[in-house]
Amino acid sequence: MRDLYAWLSIAAIVLASTTGDVLLSHAMKQIGDLGELRRRRGLFHVISRVVSTPNFLFGLLAMTFAFYSLLMALSWQDVSLVAPASASLTFIANAVAARIFLHERVDHRRWIAALLVAGGVALVAI
Amino acid sequence: MNLRKYLVLLGVVIFGASGDAFLSRGMKQLGEIPLDHWQKIIFAVVHPWVAVGVLLLLAFFASYMTALSWADLTYVLPATSIGYVLLAFIAKFALHENVTATRWLGIVLIAAGVGFVAQGPALTHHPHNEEARESEVLSRGKA
Repeated sequence: MRDLYAWLSIAAIVLASTTGDVLLSHAMKQIGDLGELRRRRGLFHVISRVVSTPNFLFGLLAMTFAFYSLLMALSWQDVSLVAPASASLTFIANAVAARIFLHERVDHRRWIAALLVAGGVALVAI
Repeated sequence: MNLRKYLVLLGVVIFGASGDAFLSRGMKQLGEIPLDHWQKIIFAVVHPWVAVGVLLLLAFFASYMTALSWADLTYVLPATSIGYVLLAFIAKFALHENVTATRWLGIVLIAAGVGFVAQGPALTHHPHNEEARESEVLSRGKA
């Protein structure tokens, strides 16, 4: 049961953090280079600009859910299994989601990276 | 990509791995949380180790958001997954978790993924992005 719970939490982490990553990435692209913006308008402007972007807030909500699922998973399994397994599976889900929703050019280099990470996950999870 | 941007990526790696390690130590001390007592998870964040982990993860989040403001999601994620190698070392030497040979091999594969993606371009150029930037520059010029 302990393993089943851990893997269910890992699935929840993957789903929530992929949703979060896509929303946050979209929000940040809307705002543009934060370092450049800080130099031009100051840190306060950067913070108020970020927290007033709706996609950032929705992304943050999804990330909060992912965080609590991570705490649940960590109470059942080792961090050296939970953290790489959930984050690398998230990475593969993200490659697909970024291509569909963010229209990123996921070239052969990025797919090879995805496959290597997928292989890594399988070994880490054995 | 310049030195400032590589430092931001390094921040994502270090704050992320150390934050996860602190959370793990804290949650191990709290023990397993049964599903019928799920409310306990809400108060877990006041445990000292978990609290420090949360602070480190906030620093991770700030660097992560900065990186996403100038690079693709499919670049930032693999480029910073070298953090799992760091996390495996922390898990073995500081948390004394048992990191088996197959887990190490898996971690090496994840790290190899980093090598591939890091050589490519960091950002996909969308025509509408550039139009948006140009119109922003124009409106600033007018103001």
